[in-house]
Amino acid sequence: MSENDRHHPQQNHFCPAETMSEDEDPCRPSPPPPPPPPEPVSKKTRNCAAVHPSPHSDRVLEIVLEHVLQFLTVRRDRNAASLVCKSWYRTEALTRSDVFIGNCYSVSPARVTTRFPRVRSVVIKGRPRFADFNLMPQNWGAHFGPWVATMGKAYPLLERVYLKRMSLTDRDLCLLADSFTKFKDLVLVCCEGFGTSGLAAVASKCRQLRVLDLSDTEVLYDGVDWISCFPEGETCLESLIFDCVECPINFEALESLVVRSPALKKLRLNREVSIGQLYRLVVRAPSLTHLGTGAFGHPEPQDPNDQEMDYGSAFSACKSLVCLSGFREVMPEYLPAIHSICTNLMSLNLSYANIGVEQFKLLIQHCCRLQVLWVLDSVCDEGLQAVAATCRDLRELRVFPLNAQEDVEGPVSEVGLQAISEGCPKLESILYFCQRMTNAAVVAMSNNCPDLVVFRLCIMGRHQPDHITGAPMDEGFGAIVMNCKKLTRLAISGLLTDRAFAYIGRYGKLVRTLSVAFAGDSDTGLKYVLEGCPKLQKLEIRDSPFGDAALLSGLHHYYNMRFLWMSTCQLSQRGCEEVARALPRLAVELLSYEENEEMDNETVDVLYMYRSLQGPRDDAPQFVRIL
Amino acid sequence: MAFHGDLNLEATELRLGLPGTGDHERRTPPVGVGVTKNNKRGLPELEDGHREESTRTTKTQVVGWPPVRSYRKNCLQPKKTESESGGGVYVKVSMDGVPYLRKIDLKLYKEYPQLLKDLEEMFKLKGGEYSEREGYSRSEFMPAYEDKDGDWMLVGDVPWNMFVTSCKRLRIMKGSEL
Repeated sequence: MSENDRHHPQQNHFCPAETMSEDEDPCRPSPPPPPPPPEPVSKKTRNCAAVHPSPHSDRVLEIVLEHVLQFLTVRRDRNAASLVCKSWYRTEALTRSDVFIGNCYSVSPARVTTRFPRVRSVVIKGRPRFADFNLMPQNWGAHFGPWVATMGKAYPLLERVYLKRMSLTDRDLCLLADSFTKFKDLVLVCCEGFGTSGLAAVASKCRQLRVLDLSDTEVLYDGVDWISCFPEGETCLESLIFDCVECPINFEALESLVVRSPALKKLRLNREVSIGQLYRLVVRAPSLTHLGTGAFGHPEPQDPNDQEMDYGSAFSACKSLVCLSGFREVMPEYLPAIHSICTNLMSLNLSYANIGVEQFKLLIQHCCRLQVLWVLDSVCDEGLQAVAATCRDLRELRVFPLNAQEDVEGPVSEVGLQAISEGCPKLESILYFCQRMTNAAVVAMSNNCPDLVVFRLCIMGRHQPDHITGAPMDEGFGAIVMNCKKLTRLAISGLLTDRAFAYIGRYGKLVRTLSVAFAGDSDTGLKYVLEGCPKLQKLEIRDSPFGDAALLSGLHHYYNMRFLWMSTCQLSQRGCEEVARALPRLAVELLSYEENEEMDNETVDVLYMYRSLQGPRDDAPQFVRIL
Repeated sequence: MAFHGDLNLEATELRLGLPGTGDHERRTPPVGVGVTKNNKRGLPELEDGHREESTRTTKTQVVGWPPVRSYRKNCLQPKKTESESGGGVYVKVSMDGVPYLRKIDLKLYKEYPQLLKDLEEMFKLKGGEYSEREGYSRSEFMPAYEDKDGDWMLVGDVPWNMFVTSCKRLRIMKGSEL
């Protein structure tokens, strides 16, 4: 998940080509295109005047179609066009420039490059989301290597690569830099496996680099000073994001880079950058639109005396700033410097800033145009009430826990949620971590915020009921699916019976992504969902009492899904084998938590299954068994 | 434990540390309330150890719960653990003109000369001499430290113990700025 200023709840602003409609992978198993219309006269070898116009008209039609199809940018439309007939399939394939691979193992690189020969931009996603929480051992897969090797030869003009949850090596990055002379945008979200050497290769060789975005990506510091590797002279850089990269940075080189990058609009610094250094950058780049402030504290000794630095006016000179993040080691005394720009802000990410309620209120009271806010729960219910009072336009809210444990006194509760629901009626997306919650507040939100598309509530205590009534949280989540007619993403928590699932199955007709943890009573719960939610694409379940019978009730639907994840449920190998037998195009992976243990035949640690055209992958490690 | 060397017990021990940290490849599976895994094979000694630890650390022991990414947890934890741990006093050491920083544990030293010698080695410097009476003598490089008040002080002026408790970070300054 990348920190960014999403104005639309599900659209990632880093890749405009990636739209919400992920339903139709270009390479999902689908019936072959219908036979083409009867061959025109040209195929017959007859000497008559009627023969001559036909070959040309064939070709003319294709040319016209090519031109027309250029205007189709939405993936779903392109997929639909490709199914019309063979000719359209071919032409669409020739004109598709943006390819989206929702699961890197659903299709082989060769198959993609064969079908789509003229691709400029590629999005590839790898590991499932639960891997972020250590539920999947390391080295599971999702290697970029095979992709870059194949694309390096097939797409010399490739301009853009967006990877999410993939593993890359330094060698992969070197190969990328060497293969694609016109390379412009590299976006790596939640990736790992490479170091600063790889970055140096990209920086030095990709002369037209516009975007280098490392969000939530792990980079090993191997001593190479990659910032210094950008070429001399003006660069094309528009976006440089490395806020989560835990490597030291050569500040002089960074400053020089910023000065010679006149197009730079987005700059997100890591926490090694002190506030004094930030000051120096900001005064040199006042036209930034997106800024990640780095530490926002810890002035360096070589920074000029604090009194000489007018942070306030440095920031107010940034008239275009709409998105602010960072504050990684914030010293609250510096916060007033940004008060003047708060009125322009559309997006504010304070989720790494442990600031108190009063400081927060002083800040948020200026943020009347805010649409996206990420905070820590240290702002307390009182802080959220202040948000509700000021940010009437809020679309997305995320409240993260400062102390991510169960059984502690939490600073936010149903009070904060209720306040937000009352003050922010345009809310579209919410992620809320708390220790206690009530059905009433969740029901209130379902009524007050009808535009909700994403509702993710994480009551951190497992199996926690409504803390006032003692009832399960079924009614709250039920109200959400009933009243929020646009809901496509849901994460549930707390004490939940099969009834909650019945509600989801009954009313969650647009739900595409569902996250379940420690919930439900029996197989019936999962059955409700698999039978009732026709749009379900991504289902991730952990520690819930669902077994083989429930698994088998979804056979009709699994080919329509991106993936199913079930860990520490009650599945047996036999049940999974039955699924694998019934659905040959499904890759059914059984993962073991213990890498060297013989998988016993009774219980299944993790089931991860996904549709795939390419058959079982050949890079699976020892703890993965593919049925 | 007699078998210590062979059995890689560390990999299966329960710790309060964040799951997935350390470079052991095996992990303990999640312990869910009401959904217990029964297929644990283990040594009798080990299981006793498990039981003791698990009663102490019941609810906080579940892998990946709450679903907060480790990076985020790690970013927000350090302030707590540093004060709680009886362990080292790690401070950053920067040197002018060098792009990367180092970290040292002040607890490993008992006196200034030791520290200064290590710094010289770490950054390949020729430093000055330290004498208790006169403090640190001048040379091309001067070690300075930031104290709790945010002021930059020359290393060597205050008694060692006071220095260790008040030093937040170190900086080796180049002679030209002195």
